[in-house]
Amino acid sequence: MSDAAKAVTDRWPLWEVFTQGLQGAPYEHAGSLHAADAEQALQNARDVYARRGEAVSLWVVPSQAIVASAPGDAGPFFDPGNDKAYRHPQFYKSPRGVRIF
Amino acid sequence: MSGSEVESETTSVAAPSPGVRIAGARVAPIQNALFEYVVRLGDDRLVLGHRLSEWCGHGPILEEDIALANMSLDLVGHAALLLKLAGEIEGQGRDEDALAYFREGVDYRNVLLVELPKGDFAFTMVRQFLFDAYSVLLWDALGGCQHEKLAAIATKCLKEDKYHVRHSSEWVLRLGDGTEESHGRAQRALNDLWRFTGELLGRDSIDDAVVAHGIQVDHDAISARWHAMVNDVFARATLTVPTDGAHNRGGRQGRHTEHLGHMLAEMQIVARSHPGATW
Repeated sequence: MSDAAKAVTDRWPLWEVFTQGLQGAPYEHAGSLHAADAEQALQNARDVYARRGEAVSLWVVPSQAIVASAPGDAGPFFDPGNDKAYRHPQFYKSPRGVRIF
Repeated sequence: MSGSEVESETTSVAAPSPGVRIAGARVAPIQNALFEYVVRLGDDRLVLGHRLSEWCGHGPILEEDIALANMSLDLVGHAALLLKLAGEIEGQGRDEDALAYFREGVDYRNVLLVELPKGDFAFTMVRQFLFDAYSVLLWDALGGCQHEKLAAIATKCLKEDKYHVRHSSEWVLRLGDGTEESHGRAQRALNDLWRFTGELLGRDSIDDAVVAHGIQVDHDAISARWHAMVNDVFARATLTVPTDGAHNRGGRQGRHTEHLGHMLAEMQIVARSHPGATW
């Protein structure tokens, strides 16, 4: 990273923005932005991700605070275990009397 | 150049194109005051909105670029509502576009504060804060006035301006209480701008005349609240408010700085080159 780019990242760290579309709806990741502090991150999030009425509420989170799985974890974490058919609901027959849609 | 050429040139200048009326041609005195009052409100926002729009593509970072453009659009939107209302009050068939694009600088009634060139980012933000703080207080007062249409516009504008003042005041804090460079620039901006605030807070015969239309605001109370608000923010921003000296005025009477004409030339060129064009 160039010195200039590093200065921007240090003084204007990255924040992740989550928007809630309707009251009671789950917050969804909308994107990210640079801001010097929390209040500015919230204002920037409003301007960048909520200016056309997309949200009724916002969360901003320092990107550094997010703990993420690594690509290397893909196998052990996410392999669905298709060889264990009984882990899937389709394995079980519906009892008689339950209407199948 | 021969004498006849000069004469023909003079003739063409003297004949105004149809549909373009200058602000001097007005009807009854009371109605004029109301028109004048609403045009002042509209022009402040149109000119400041245009100044903010000059940052589009030049903001310090992408996020702020978008924020500045948003605020610019808000202000131009407020101006459109106000100038539309002014045109209705005037009753001469001028709509908001006619008032925005086909008036000369001498017919503009904005305060000098808003027409000054955008300067650096500190200048833009300090000016914005000075204006936003006043605007929020004014809309708050006008929201309860007896003039129904103006009260409705005030209520809508107040909501958006509350966000503007939050944004600009936070920037004043960060610039003033930031680095040596940002502090110096913010202090310089405040020093340069302070003498234009007297006109913003001022009150004259137009303000008194519109009381008859149910538009009554307590100017002294607004001024006191404005001073309290800006003193608080500037103190927290470690900026020194200049002592009140002489104030520059004239915009409300159409006596503008040389900067307005240049700005209007750019703002009005498209509408004047292609009158009535739609896209």
